[in-house]
Amino acid sequence: MTAQQEKVAIPAQRATHRKPAISEGKRQERRLGWLLCAPAAIVMVAVTAYPILYSVWLSLQRYDLKFPENREFIGLANYATVLSNNYWWTAFGVTVLITVVSVAVELVLGMGLALIMHRTIIGRGLVRTSALIPYGIVTVVAAFSWRYAWTPGTGYLANLVAPNGAPLTERGASLAIIILAEIWKTTPFMALLLLAGLALVPDDLLKAAAMDGAGWWQRFTKVMLPVMKPAILVALLFRTLDAFRVFDNIYVLTNGANETSSVSMIAYNNLIKGLNLGIGSTMSVLIFITVAIIAFVFVKLFGTAAPGSSEEGRR
Amino acid sequence: MANSYPHPRRSLRARAFAATAVLALAAPLAACGSNDEGGVPTLNLYQFPVEHMQDVIDRCNQQAAGKYKIVYQVLPRTADDQRVQMVRRLAAKDDSMDILGMDVTWTQEFASANWIREFTGTDKSDVENGTLPGPLASGEYNDKLYAAPNNTNVQLLWYRKDLVPTPPKTWAEMIQMSLQLKQQGKPYQVLTMGAQYEGLVVLFNSLVASAGGHVVSDDGKTAVMDAGALKGLDTMKTFATAGVTNPSFSNMIEDDVRHAFQNGEGAFELNWPYVWASMQSETPDLAKNVAWARYPGIDPGTQSITTIGGSNLAVSSYSRYPQLDFEAVKCLRDPESQKYLAINAGQPPSIESVYNDPEMAKAYPMKDTLLEELKNAAPRPRTPAYQNLSTVVAAELSPPDSIQPDKTADSLKKSIQDAIDSKGVLP
Repeated sequence: MTAQQEKVAIPAQRATHRKPAISEGKRQERRLGWLLCAPAAIVMVAVTAYPILYSVWLSLQRYDLKFPENREFIGLANYATVLSNNYWWTAFGVTVLITVVSVAVELVLGMGLALIMHRTIIGRGLVRTSALIPYGIVTVVAAFSWRYAWTPGTGYLANLVAPNGAPLTERGASLAIIILAEIWKTTPFMALLLLAGLALVPDDLLKAAAMDGAGWWQRFTKVMLPVMKPAILVALLFRTLDAFRVFDNIYVLTNGANETSSVSMIAYNNLIKGLNLGIGSTMSVLIFITVAIIAFVFVKLFGTAAPGSSEEGRR
Repeated sequence: MANSYPHPRRSLRARAFAATAVLALAAPLAACGSNDEGGVPTLNLYQFPVEHMQDVIDRCNQQAAGKYKIVYQVLPRTADDQRVQMVRRLAAKDDSMDILGMDVTWTQEFASANWIREFTGTDKSDVENGTLPGPLASGEYNDKLYAAPNNTNVQLLWYRKDLVPTPPKTWAEMIQMSLQLKQQGKPYQVLTMGAQYEGLVVLFNSLVASAGGHVVSDDGKTAVMDAGALKGLDTMKTFATAGVTNPSFSNMIEDDVRHAFQNGEGAFELNWPYVWASMQSETPDLAKNVAWARYPGIDPGTQSITTIGGSNLAVSSYSRYPQLDFEAVKCLRDPESQKYLAINAGQPPSIESVYNDPEMAKAYPMKDTLLEELKNAAPRPRTPAYQNLSTVVAAELSPPDSIQPDKTADSLKKSIQDAIDSKGVLP
């Protein structure tokens, strides 16, 4: 109830430009709240804000560990270099492709999986557990299995699907395999988030719709999806942000050969392998900005909210 | 709600847990800090896996008689992984790294980053004494010695003497012979490494050096791509399009080339000397018909200059015992160690006199040709940005049959200069 009251209080404050009257007890409570949050907030600042600001600072310099004496402040020149570079945009395109395709497929498959998990009556625990197994396997381990499976000589899939070729040496096939590995790995996560949304759909509503003559498809699209919308958006947001930073699958499967690098891969190559802190940090900052834009679009334009917060509170 | 304070007993237990966690985290740190047993300084040698390396280390430790104790920290198998691990530790100023076993191409990069110490005084003259000039050059940066050559390597021309009576002296001659064999329906291929990786850069470097060209100026600060470099590109293009290569030339690395030659697909193979031993044991019938010769040159009458491989030993700037490190390095690479590893681990020595040892004749029947090539071999472009340069060169030259000499030279010059100026973006 307090949360609801505060939401009401804020517009009032804006309208009158006056400090709203807050009772002594409430002020105390708020103070305690801040104090209780403080340790977490300080830790957050130390472990996230500092590195972010530091990489922004690095991105404004020519700073190459190979040439320590040539370190200098060069403003936005690194951004010009990266943004006018073909390798960067190729990697960006690859990343967007992987993100869009894998998230779209995961949404469909995840929804199916969530419905199955939701409706199962017998062996519900077993069904849910087994569906989550891929998500429980370490990505690198799974990626190695995929790599061996798709390498002629060591794998069954390569011999089965492409008996005369090496799929991981061709660009199209490599990208398809990377996306497949991503989907296999994270569909259960998507399903889990959607399952939480499914639980929000009241049975009464579905029964009422059925009484009104709605078919299965109509109940799904007209009743379930609208009620689930917040959960779907959260699931999409999480997965999009995650997919955009794809690294481990590509690192293991192709190591970026045949133009299959993602933005994270190319940032790693420049930062860790190339020792170029300036260019590498510029890429990290650009990835950060892109991720922030994705989050902004989801939250502000689509109205995604944190799971659990009330629908009315957002708008 | 606000009154539900945690139960005191639980908080005690939580505290105990936290204390244990802190101890568990701190214990390995403490262990790291005191790794010197009984006052004998421990020198950590970080090096790629080498067979029988421990024997060499044991001998040096024995020789040191309690002055120091070398401990072998084995790095991962692939060059990239080795370099990334070293670089991360060096960037963090790790003082537990003492001696570094490095690929020849890293010396300039590490020296420029101030990560390794210069060899001076007697340390310098001891290393220079008797060491072949080519390998020695790979340890130098700005005319100072930063690394001691350990083993070295050059590629040779291996050919089928049943098909080719006299080995070709130039690439043009070799292509000619191969085409002739092709017409006669005999095995004709010229096999060498053409995949998009360091091996392609090695091929390019050998061609450019043989044509008397330069990719980078001698001080390593400017990309040049002179007439000789163009000629190298031209030869590479001619070779790749003459119809004498293996169909998967543009995807082959050392072992693919070795296998293809052992399968009898080729008349010529350009590869490192390790192929000889495996040929002997895996395909002895074929090996009887195989001979070796100097790597082919470009102009008739001018001998080839080939690219040097191998590894160097350097002393970390952050080591606590630099003087002992230099001593240990000298022992690890002395003639006796080099001979032992040459015979037991297949690493060609960088000290000339070792080749004259009678035991070497059996393990290295090709040692005269090897030595001849080593005496005027070419290091790869000596610039701190070599790693970046190599990445962009391999990308620009792959696949070799699509090289357009003039255009490729222009774009290479630009991307190499960018790499040197830390403006280059790596793919």
